[in-house]
Amino acid sequence: MAMTMTGEVALPATRETVWVKLNDPAVLKACIPGCEILDKTSETGFSAVVKLKIGPVSATFKGSVELSDLDPPNGYRISGQGEGGVAGFAKGGATVHLTDAPDGAEGCVLSYNVEANVGGKIAQLGARLIDGVAKKTADQFFNNFANAVKAG
Amino acid sequence: MSGTGIGARVQRKEDFRFITGKGQYTDDVNCYGQAHAVFLRSPHAHADIVSIKLDAARDMAGVVDIFTGDDLAADKIGGLICGWMIHSKDGSPMKAGAHPALAQGKVRYVGDHVAVVIAETQAQARDAMEKIEVDYKVLSPVVSMADAVRAGAPVLHDVAPHNIVYNWSLGDEAAADAAFATAAHVTKLDIINNRLVPNAMEPRAAVGDYNSGSGGFTLYTTSQNPHVARLVLSAFIGIAPEHKLRVIAPDVGGGFGSKIFIYAEETVCVWAAKKVGRPVKWVADRTEAFLSDAHGRDHVTHAEMALDASGKILGLRVKTRANLGAYLSTFSSCVPTYLYAPLLSGQYDIPAIYAEVDGIYTNTAPVDAYRGAGRPEATFVIERMVEVAAREMKQDPAEFRRRNFVRNFPHQTPVIMCYDAGDYDASMTKALEMADYKNIGARKAASAKKGLLRGVGFSAYIEACGIAPSAAVGSLGAGVGLWESAEVRVNPVGTVEILTGSHSHGQGHETTFAQLVSERLGISIDNVAIIHGDTDKVQMGMGTYGSRSGAVGMSALSKALDKIETKAKKVAGFVLEASPDDIEFKDGKFSVRGTDKEIDFASVALQAYIAHKFNGQELEPGLKESAFWDPTNFTFPAGVHICEVEIDPATGVTRIDRWTAVDDFGNVINPMIVEGQVHGGIAQGVGQALLEGAVYDANGQLVTASYMDYAMPRADDLPSYDVGMTQTACPSNPLGIKGCGEAGAIAAPPAVMNAITDALGHEEIAMPATPLAVWRAAQRLAPRAAAE
Repeated sequence: MAMTMTGEVALPATRETVWVKLNDPAVLKACIPGCEILDKTSETGFSAVVKLKIGPVSATFKGSVELSDLDPPNGYRISGQGEGGVAGFAKGGATVHLTDAPDGAEGCVLSYNVEANVGGKIAQLGARLIDGVAKKTADQFFNNFANAVKAG
Repeated sequence: MSGTGIGARVQRKEDFRFITGKGQYTDDVNCYGQAHAVFLRSPHAHADIVSIKLDAARDMAGVVDIFTGDDLAADKIGGLICGWMIHSKDGSPMKAGAHPALAQGKVRYVGDHVAVVIAETQAQARDAMEKIEVDYKVLSPVVSMADAVRAGAPVLHDVAPHNIVYNWSLGDEAAADAAFATAAHVTKLDIINNRLVPNAMEPRAAVGDYNSGSGGFTLYTTSQNPHVARLVLSAFIGIAPEHKLRVIAPDVGGGFGSKIFIYAEETVCVWAAKKVGRPVKWVADRTEAFLSDAHGRDHVTHAEMALDASGKILGLRVKTRANLGAYLSTFSSCVPTYLYAPLLSGQYDIPAIYAEVDGIYTNTAPVDAYRGAGRPEATFVIERMVEVAAREMKQDPAEFRRRNFVRNFPHQTPVIMCYDAGDYDASMTKALEMADYKNIGARKAASAKKGLLRGVGFSAYIEACGIAPSAAVGSLGAGVGLWESAEVRVNPVGTVEILTGSHSHGQGHETTFAQLVSERLGISIDNVAIIHGDTDKVQMGMGTYGSRSGAVGMSALSKALDKIETKAKKVAGFVLEASPDDIEFKDGKFSVRGTDKEIDFASVALQAYIAHKFNGQELEPGLKESAFWDPTNFTFPAGVHICEVEIDPATGVTRIDRWTAVDDFGNVINPMIVEGQVHGGIAQGVGQALLEGAVYDANGQLVTASYMDYAMPRADDLPSYDVGMTQTACPSNPLGIKGCGEAGAIAAPPAVMNAITDALGHEEIAMPATPLAVWRAAQRLAPRAAAE
């Protein structure tokens, strides 16, 4: 079951500052909802454990996160995939773009384009439930990230 | 005869048991010491299994054992089979990939069986299942048939290049092409028959038991044909020889075809019972049913009809792709071939027909027989085609059909079937009258005044039932004969037990079979018990599907009753001191012709068993007879259904306003039960036309895996049906019965879609015609109307 989500969030920091945070494993771990482990395995790769509750299904996804298309300080692509055992699996990615705030204002704008795919039990729960959860999870990540930037 | 014989509207004997919760379904069977099985299912549509780690799961509380495909292979347990050989046009046999009950190295659809966990409780088994770690190497899936046959597409089974199981054909291509060469008009249509999930009320279930003392297995299972299950599990899968395997299908809550097949779960349960030394029980949850019950339909067809200038059909060419899913289910190969193309002649005299069918593997659940099985697909093609042809030729659809009806019987079609009896005009005439067709124009105008679109749709269906003459189906590739058996056991007090190889899972056999006995022996149906569904009790049987229980099962019973009557007359002759030739049997009494000497049936039964009045060497004591009946032809139920819809173009909501059904089922045992079968069948057909559709996404995920996303028909989706009958007796069985179980589901979809397309004024809409689909189709109408 495939889903796509787009959005943007205004951040009170320069692109350069935001870029550093986008590449900081500690920040990413804090921002990915339900992320319990995010260990660096290479320059751009991480192994991850993420615990998510989707309607009646509570699952621990074990998988990997990969950063690609790095274009400092303008953006990158963050993608991941995880197996949740009997709950099924999830994979997806987000293209993240940083642009200067419009009209010469302070800070920058982070825009994102997420596509996600789920399979197995999670997909069988039905689109009504999954769409909502996927959207909420993406929103949560970028809100968390905005707060992390605000907190400096 | 009393009021319980043939033709009586007797209330169903079994219903008191069912509605008071006293039915005994498979889930009601609990064996001492039983453990519970759950199946780990693939979340991927297509993947190699790199490794399976079971250690953590084995350590979980309550776990008895865990098995994978390797364990089945080690025990030399064979794969699931497809029992009907289809040959391609080039003569090569169909390309059937192996179908292990638990995956061996590869999974091919979401829901495919990876491992079974057996634990003290179902909850413990589920908890342990979560600890199994499977390392999958995900492969690209093929989900649509178009993708499956594309060059370079991933292949599911190495034995089937391009995922093609067979390229099959029926009919004379040259004759069909010749007909098209002379045609004044050709009607062409692309037709999709949507994939359905069967949705029996009772999900599938199994309890396997093994007695180490006797070496015998017992399997309780939700089966429509327990003897066939025993045969397959014994002879092909290798669980145990038949005399060491008892299969019991107790009360079964609906099947619609989906419980004909022999599935992985019951195979594993009965095998595992010996492995773990305990009975093993499995009950599907509803999502498992969606994932793993064999689905129905799923055809993509292009059809062309050649017509002369008057509207007489000259020929038909049909090219169909049939989705068979990831594996061949038990009878899947015959459904889109021999149960489909031989019905493409419909009720019409069509001189030339040519059909090609490609069976395709995809990474989806197996597809097999579902109520009607091939015949709804054929009826949808021919009835949409004649409706569109009539519209294109500006002819009334009823008159167009009449112009082409078969009128002389027997009628040999160009596609195998020989129709033996029918009166299609009679059904059409009665249906037109009941539907008040002559005033349809006024009703359309009245709807238009309200801003609504009214349409009327016909379906003049025919089906081939009473499946089937054994030699005939054998010549077409069937691996079994399709006779039926019956045994009549008369007790010394005159009550009767009938053992039948037919299996009731909602059809009401305990009533209708008893009615035949009541009619023939002159006893009340309360004195008749119908025993079925147990291979240790019933001699042999082929089960219930294809509307065969009346035409075939009751014919076997009728034949056995003939023998009972003959034997009883001999007994009565000794008692009444007369020659058996002089004994008459009427209304439950044996009398000596021309005298007032008589004896009732119960007394003869007693005399047969005490054997005081005759020499036991001259006449065997007892009163018990059995018979096998092999039909001489298929039966051909046919009828006309007329559906009238009213569409709100603003919302796309279709309301079925009227439904007229006129069916010719031959002779009828219980009109109330027959009407019930018609009602239920129409509901299923309307479900297909308006609501139901199994949908896989591009990755092979089943996104309609629960009632949240798969819409079943509800009472308020359906009108009050107007059901009538005509009758031509079936000449190929002693009771004149044709069968009624599938008719509604066969007739309904084209009636609905012909009505909707009539209302919309164009043909561009597919099933299910949901409000969104109808709204879009209605919107397309607007610019076109303006342009005209």
